[in-house]
Amino acid sequence: MQSAIVDNSTETRMATKPPWTVYLHDYITTVDHKKIGILYILMALVFLVIGGVEAILIRWQLFWPRADIIPPKLFNQLFTMHGTTMVFFVGMPILIGLGNYFVPLMIGARDMAFPRLNSLGFWATFLGGMIVYFSFLAGDPPDVGWFAYAPLTEKTFSRGIGTDCWATGLLVSGVGTIAGGVNFIATIVGLRAPGMTIGKVPFFVWTILWTSAQIVLAIPPLSAALIMVLLDRHLGAHFFDPQTGGSAYLWQHLFWFFGHPEVYILILPAFGMISEVIPVFSRKVLFGYEFMAAATMGIAFISLGVWAHHMFTVGMSRPMEIGFAASSLLVSIPTGIKMFNWLATMQGGKIRMDSPMLFACGFLGVFVFGGLTGVMLAAVPIDWQVSDSYFVVAHFHTVLIGGTLFATFAGLHYWYPKMTGRMLNERLAKWQFWILLIGFLLTFGPMHISGILGMPRRIYTYPPDRGWDIWNQVATIGALIQAPSFVLFLVNVIGSRWWGKPAGNNPWNAWTLEWATSSPPPAYNFNEVPVVRSRRPLWDLQHPEDPDWKYEGEHA
Amino acid sequence: MRRVSSQQDAEEFRLSLRMEANRRSRRLAQGMELGVKSLSNHLLGCLAITALLLDPSNLWGSESPSIFDPATPQATSIRSLFWLVILITGVIFVGVEGLLAFFLYEYSRKKSDPNAEPAQVYGSIPIEVAWTAVPTLIVFVIVMIVVRIEYEVKADAETIPANSIPLRIRVVGHQWWWEYNYFEYDGKPLSMTTANELVIPVGEEGVARPIMLTLESADVCHSYWVPRLSGKTDLIPGRVNELWFETKLAGDYVGQCAEYCGTQHANMLLHVRAVSPDEFEKWLSDQASPAADDPAVAEGKKVFLSETCVNCHTVQGTPAKGRVGPDLTHLMSRHTIAAGMISNTPENLRDWIHDPQDIKPGCLMPAFRLESSKMDLLVKYLGSLK
Amino acid sequence: MNSSHHAEHANSLTEPHRVGMLSFLVSEVAFFGTLLAVYIAYIGQTTTGPKPDVLSLPLAILGTVFLVASSFTVHFADHALKLAKPFWFRGWWLLTIIFGAMFLVVTAIEWKGLIEEHGLTIATNIFGTTYYTVVGFHAAHLTVGLLAMLIILGLECSGQLTGKNAIGAELVSWYWHFVDGVWIFVFTIVYLIGR
Repeated sequence: MQSAIVDNSTETRMATKPPWTVYLHDYITTVDHKKIGILYILMALVFLVIGGVEAILIRWQLFWPRADIIPPKLFNQLFTMHGTTMVFFVGMPILIGLGNYFVPLMIGARDMAFPRLNSLGFWATFLGGMIVYFSFLAGDPPDVGWFAYAPLTEKTFSRGIGTDCWATGLLVSGVGTIAGGVNFIATIVGLRAPGMTIGKVPFFVWTILWTSAQIVLAIPPLSAALIMVLLDRHLGAHFFDPQTGGSAYLWQHLFWFFGHPEVYILILPAFGMISEVIPVFSRKVLFGYEFMAAATMGIAFISLGVWAHHMFTVGMSRPMEIGFAASSLLVSIPTGIKMFNWLATMQGGKIRMDSPMLFACGFLGVFVFGGLTGVMLAAVPIDWQVSDSYFVVAHFHTVLIGGTLFATFAGLHYWYPKMTGRMLNERLAKWQFWILLIGFLLTFGPMHISGILGMPRRIYTYPPDRGWDIWNQVATIGALIQAPSFVLFLVNVIGSRWWGKPAGNNPWNAWTLEWATSSPPPAYNFNEVPVVRSRRPLWDLQHPEDPDWKYEGEHA
Repeated sequence: MRRVSSQQDAEEFRLSLRMEANRRSRRLAQGMELGVKSLSNHLLGCLAITALLLDPSNLWGSESPSIFDPATPQATSIRSLFWLVILITGVIFVGVEGLLAFFLYEYSRKKSDPNAEPAQVYGSIPIEVAWTAVPTLIVFVIVMIVVRIEYEVKADAETIPANSIPLRIRVVGHQWWWEYNYFEYDGKPLSMTTANELVIPVGEEGVARPIMLTLESADVCHSYWVPRLSGKTDLIPGRVNELWFETKLAGDYVGQCAEYCGTQHANMLLHVRAVSPDEFEKWLSDQASPAADDPAVAEGKKVFLSETCVNCHTVQGTPAKGRVGPDLTHLMSRHTIAAGMISNTPENLRDWIHDPQDIKPGCLMPAFRLESSKMDLLVKYLGSLK
Repeated sequence: MNSSHHAEHANSLTEPHRVGMLSFLVSEVAFFGTLLAVYIAYIGQTTTGPKPDVLSLPLAILGTVFLVASSFTVHFADHALKLAKPFWFRGWWLLTIIFGAMFLVVTAIEWKGLIEEHGLTIATNIFGTTYYTVVGFHAAHLTVGLLAMLIILGLECSGQLTGKNAIGAELVSWYWHFVDGVWIFVFTIVYLIGR
């Protein structure tokens, strides 16, 4: 029965070859969680290329001091769009896309709880991206920075349509994101396979659950703040206009109340993917699942109370500064717990260095550095010096590239066989990894130093006598080295779709439910809804003499 | 020394702006020259890596406004905190990376029977408790130290040294330049305004001369950052912030706006000149006097007053009372124009007035494009404002 | 198998539609929480133009009475539906819609007065800005609630509020309770504390 469906979904369909418009129509009108997941991922990859080109242009301009390759206004527009694109139209969509594809499969469900809402979520996100990028066609992209500090966004300082496109686009895509978050929560709480209690969900599912909780709590305040910006600009309201009683300071609080949970929205699913990949490729069960789960919850809760650490230079009172420093430093405790548990999972294992594990190890090695510079930034007086400098730029790229991007690549390499039925080319994947890693280190390592040497972020040029040029030049070379790694990835993803080795149902010999069905899975995911007794149902099947459910929760 | 080289570079930059024809090639050549120069410098620096470990400012050079090269007790406190946190996190970093490398080597699949699954270990409560408790302790220690440094550095009536002669200045951030109102020194009220270059007195043994800055903004958010003097503090419209530091080291300190504030955020440069108290007092009395009124440049003054200059600029003792742009009363006492972007020479001044957009695209001063004879008179007049 | 699995928690809080509605309402709480936090931050910051004392407390109390009453009626309606008493459901449901509409009418009267007598618009000053935003977004949510209730009423009258649609009335009643709850906060903050 199951094999018949496999036939139907790959060989037979390929043999008959309907015209491409059929596939297009199929994808545009789909409510299937897997196809929507793929749409999210494709959208994110397209925006990744766009955001990457913007980054290269930024680096090009900064190669020489006092260069004038890119005029100042365009430079400001480029870094605004780069930040906005990477956070809202690459980071979130790719994670939500992977979640869309794999959460129902991993919990043994046939689809998300609300398939049509799911479709709405994707198309709203997509439309949001289109609206933001429409500003290019209108000839005036936003140049207010991705956190758009008031009153730069007021009509007085930003007359064109760019800021309107930016605010409207994020508002619309925010609706899509909230729809996605609500859908995930309903799916994970309500549609788990029989026997899969909430404490037995695969770890990726657990992190998506808490990411969704953060989405639901943190995106609406951003929506409210964006509405206020639009009211200011179009109805003459005064929220953020200091001349007429509004407050520039209030915007900062509102934005970062969203903005900090946002970075955990971007990192928790990454933690989830790492927690899937490391056990499978170390051939060991995840060490300390309960503590990892608690740490995830801890991060989700603490993240709602740390936002003002982005504002240590605005002249807050001492108690506020010390309080937010303490809460921010607290985040390092659950994050450390995760780090140690991953290492403990590898300890005593039989580590297989396939490409997903390579990226996961890259994640471990780089993310710890970004986490530790985060500790430095949380120590308020240090932040007075390095805040808004290139040190901060280096820090958050280390956690977002070293963290989110490396983990996403680990996840994509891990799950690509499931999504397409074919393996990615390992050799290309390894080249991609090493080029990316080297380019990454060369780009962002020197930025720590230029920041320490007093270089502020977001400057389109710099005087030649500051000693910053060499570090900028290395960073630009690093960015150019990174670029081909993304090309390799795209070539691999597209090429392997047709020429990759057939994957079979479970190429990595993994243990969660998505590997129990065919690759790619049939429209209904599972012929029979599996019954689950532990966190690793396929391990239990393979090792009936020594199943997990005998041991879980008894390791005191 | 540094100022001279900066002026030369600025000079070269200006020159290349003028030469539209071979602009690109010049830029490339100039940049490459600079690049090669600094590359070789830094290679030499890298060779002296041991020196780096002892004092990083050796490598980074005295040119850079490095936060590891502080000139005030405040910036020094922050540096020591930074070193301490680097030490703590460095140990953790080495530990984690070491473990990762060791595990990857030791538990590589190749070294053991690839087919059998290893022993499954589900977790251990004592171990989890241990690696929760130790980071918690570390966090606690860091918070305690942060509190201490916070009290040491942040502006507060109690942190000002007892035997001190404070200088109080109101700093107003504008798109894209700095306004300084000196309003009190040694308890005596002052009333003088200057722009972009801050001149301050150094303290001496037993007498501190704290600089008390009041930070405000006329338009959008800016941030005041001179790394060798102190951490940054934002200038936010509708709020009044405070920043203070004191130094005993005479010299030039550079920095720039650190909060994105629009098109020319990159060219909102900060120059602080710390001079001996005597020199400072002389400078202060020069600045407090009204503008020079030299009959030889009366024609130029007429041009200045008849053009729209007066809408934005002030020259004390004349009808020019604009507050939108920098006060020009003692323009010639400043080393740079355009918020530190180019050096203050008659040629630069001329080019600037002709078309500021050519030098600082997007800035708020319009192009005047006066006819040559008028421009000569105007530049001569401005040159008399010593 | 899946359907039987669903059936087993059809009446529990983990039923996906209920979970979805609850998480949506949590996001709405975050949204209104932000608007109200901003309102509170700006209390007393108005220097020119009409101040909050131009608000009419009697009108606001009248509106509050309508809304609180509608929360009861919607509860009775939902209860009647569960007891399979369609007549009572329709009656209570319709009464809820009328109360909700009356609230909107009261708001309209209040706004007309503010605009015509006091010249207060969203652009007048920071009070106008925050007041119209908070009360306006609440009224917009109420309007959406009224439309949803009309749809449910239509479904019920045409006999389609059965099977998988049956949960709709319950979910709309949750939404309605939420909108009423928000009003209690708006009333307290705007009309009692901020006035």
